[in-house]
Amino acid sequence: MSQHNDTDHISGRSTTGHEWDGIEELNTPLPRWWVLTFYATIIWAFGYWVVYPAWPLVSGYTAGVLHTTNRAAVTANLAQLEALRGEKMKALGTASLAEIENDPALLALARARGKTVFGDNCAPCHGSGAAGAKGYPNLNDDDWLWGGTLDQIMQTIQFGARSGHAKAHEGQMLAFGKDGVLKSDEIVAVANYVRSLSGLSTRKGYDAAKGEKIFADNCVACHGDRGKGNQELGAANLTDKIWLYGSDEATLIETISNGRAGVMPAWEGRLDPSTIKAMAVYVHALGGGK
Amino acid sequence: MTKNVTSKELMGGDDDLPLYAPQKKIYPQRVSGSFRRIKWGLMALCLGVYYLLPLVRWNRGLGAPDQAVLIDFQSQRFYFFFIELWPQEFYYFTGLLILAAFTLFLMNALGGRIWCGYLCPQTVWTDLFYVVERWTEGDRRARIKADAGPLTAARLARRALKQAIWLIIAWWTGGAWVLYFSDAPTLVKDLATFQAPAIAYVWIGILTASTYLLAGHAREQVCLYMCPWPRIQAALTDEWALNVTYKYDRGEPRCSVKKGRAQRALGETAGDCVDCNQCVAVCPTGIDIRNGAQLGCIQCGLCIDACDNVMKRIGRPTRLIGYDNDINVQRRTSGKTEAFKPVRSRTVVYAALIATVCAVMLHALLTRSLLDLNVLHDRNPVAVKLSAGAIRNGYTLRFLNKRGFDRVIAVDVDGPANAQIHIVGFDSVTPDRPMIVLARDATTELRVLVTAPFDDKSEKTAPVKFRITDIGLGEVASATDHFVTP
Ligand code: SF4
Ligand code: SF4
Repeated sequence: MSQHNDTDHISGRSTTGHEWDGIEELNTPLPRWWVLTFYATIIWAFGYWVVYPAWPLVSGYTAGVLHTTNRAAVTANLAQLEALRGEKMKALGTASLAEIENDPALLALARARGKTVFGDNCAPCHGSGAAGAKGYPNLNDDDWLWGGTLDQIMQTIQFGARSGHAKAHEGQMLAFGKDGVLKSDEIVAVANYVRSLSGLSTRKGYDAAKGEKIFADNCVACHGDRGKGNQELGAANLTDKIWLYGSDEATLIETISNGRAGVMPAWEGRLDPSTIKAMAVYVHALGGGK
Repeated sequence: MTKNVTSKELMGGDDDLPLYAPQKKIYPQRVSGSFRRIKWGLMALCLGVYYLLPLVRWNRGLGAPDQAVLIDFQSQRFYFFFIELWPQEFYYFTGLLILAAFTLFLMNALGGRIWCGYLCPQTVWTDLFYVVERWTEGDRRARIKADAGPLTAARLARRALKQAIWLIIAWWTGGAWVLYFSDAPTLVKDLATFQAPAIAYVWIGILTASTYLLAGHAREQVCLYMCPWPRIQAALTDEWALNVTYKYDRGEPRCSVKKGRAQRALGETAGDCVDCNQCVAVCPTGIDIRNGAQLGCIQCGLCIDACDNVMKRIGRPTRLIGYDNDINVQRRTSGKTEAFKPVRSRTVVYAALIATVCAVMLHALLTRSLLDLNVLHDRNPVAVKLSAGAIRNGYTLRFLNKRGFDRVIAVDVDGPANAQIHIVGFDSVTPDRPMIVLARDATTELRVLVTAPFDDKSEKTAPVKFRITDIGLGEVASATDHFVTP
């Protein structure tokens, strides 16, 4: 560095002695308040290291004298949230299902609460919009295996179907083929007969009388005289336009041969009662509720 | 080897303006005259409106605030006398902004930066702070003398008094600001008893600080260095815009009163400017208008008043400095008459645009509906097949009742043939025509299901129109969406 004591002749102020293409740099120190602020931040940093978690160590970190953790903060926030919700959720807990449906404010609350809980717990099977999938009922329509009134929906959510819970819905579609009850040609006949019940086309030349007989002997016990189904047993209505597993011949043959026994888990114990109530109201309000 | 060029050579000699100049303290002198009177009037008007407007009451009936101008963030409403705007109507504010911009353009085309000189809040408050400064510390001469002299106790006291009054005005400015956001009398009471929400105190603090700093300390620095308008307006102006102008054709060559008289007596011409520097002394941005149009001039007209006073005293015609344009300077020198052209394509276009935007907004305001409907089709699932084969679509309907009372409305649907409508949670006695109650001044959101029979000949999608009718008033609103089949 060359020694310098240059002065800028225009402003009359000293320069740093640096020069590029004839342009010299004025020696303008930072304002004092700026420098002081800078020092203050450095001092602040030392304090921060002591008070808050700061330095990563080999197997951990310096915890700081305040023992602050994000996890604790989140837990506290969640508890606060629950407390905030408490009042409103209590109202859901005490009101009857019908009362909730008839009170616009409670209905809105139940639907909002139900929607989030549904998304967290039910969407994996029933889809985020509750439109269902093969084997998983569409909850927007008006076809209900176990009943679509508020109470019935609530019961299904609470205890599930074939869930192992003592109060769960029981009843299953038997495996007529696998268990050797019906032979292949009989299964084909009854499958076509079942399709005819809901007005679907049937295989040319299938034996309708044989199908009807097989149905009468084996199926009416659960599905009822005319195939109208039975909600006590979760037996599907075979005369409507909605098919849980599909209505084509191959699917029907598979259903009759191997049976069906889909499981709906019981939510009692996993969700609190007012949440289950909210969910029942939400599902009912999707539009298919009876 | 190139020869080293010194900075002096690059700057082209010592006479040029330096690139760097430390700030000079400005001591604007008190002046009286017609432009000063206009400024007083406008200052009183602006400050009066600003400070008093939130206190004006307006009866809107039960449940609605009685404040004439209120920005109610909590319930998301904006009240302006008889107008009540909802968040959905935010485009009115866009309209206002457009209007403000064009008005500024028009003002600029007519009279240069008259906004800056008379109406800009920075100007108004700075002017007010100068009044305080003159009252406490004396006029220009006294202040210059005091600043040059030692810091006596008396001077310190005057200074402290000035700062105190400044702070009170600044604090009052912040206080008036928050009154626009809450019921003013209640807020005043809450503020006084320290019951007001913290945000109110924070905003008062922010506005107090900014008013004090901008009007008390930054002053002309804002106009010269911070404000973008002088740069923008320079691109928007033209040679016909009236600007505060020193008529050098009349003023030059400057000479003393005596010499001027003598020369004129001999029949020779002499400039009218007596070089008394009054125009510079009164200028709040500290410039010499005799150097021609410049960025620092905010068009406040005070130098006109100052010069007019001088001209009257020495018995010469006034308006040596006046609102004028450069064209006229040239015309006068070449012996032509002065020309002004307020009506020209630029101003006509601006005026037309302003009128159009005004008309559009007024029309929108007069025909705005107080009953409104929005529809949102269910996305998941878009359509549901029912057991009997019919198709059902779900919609979220949002009803807006902008009136101050509850109302009963009927919901009808024109959609696919034989469509049925059901509102979830409202089992109406008349199932084909559900009726619901809409709470006053609120939005209501309801789930609505439309079911229509379906066969292979049905259209894939059909338009569906929801119509709501106020049973009592007959007001109607509607919204259209689609009915989808899977
Ligand atoms: S030059 Fe005149 S008009 Fe311009 S700012 Fe100064 S006093 Fe005001
Ligand atoms: S106030 Fe008028 S006469 Fe005096 S210096 Fe300014 S222009 Fe000249």
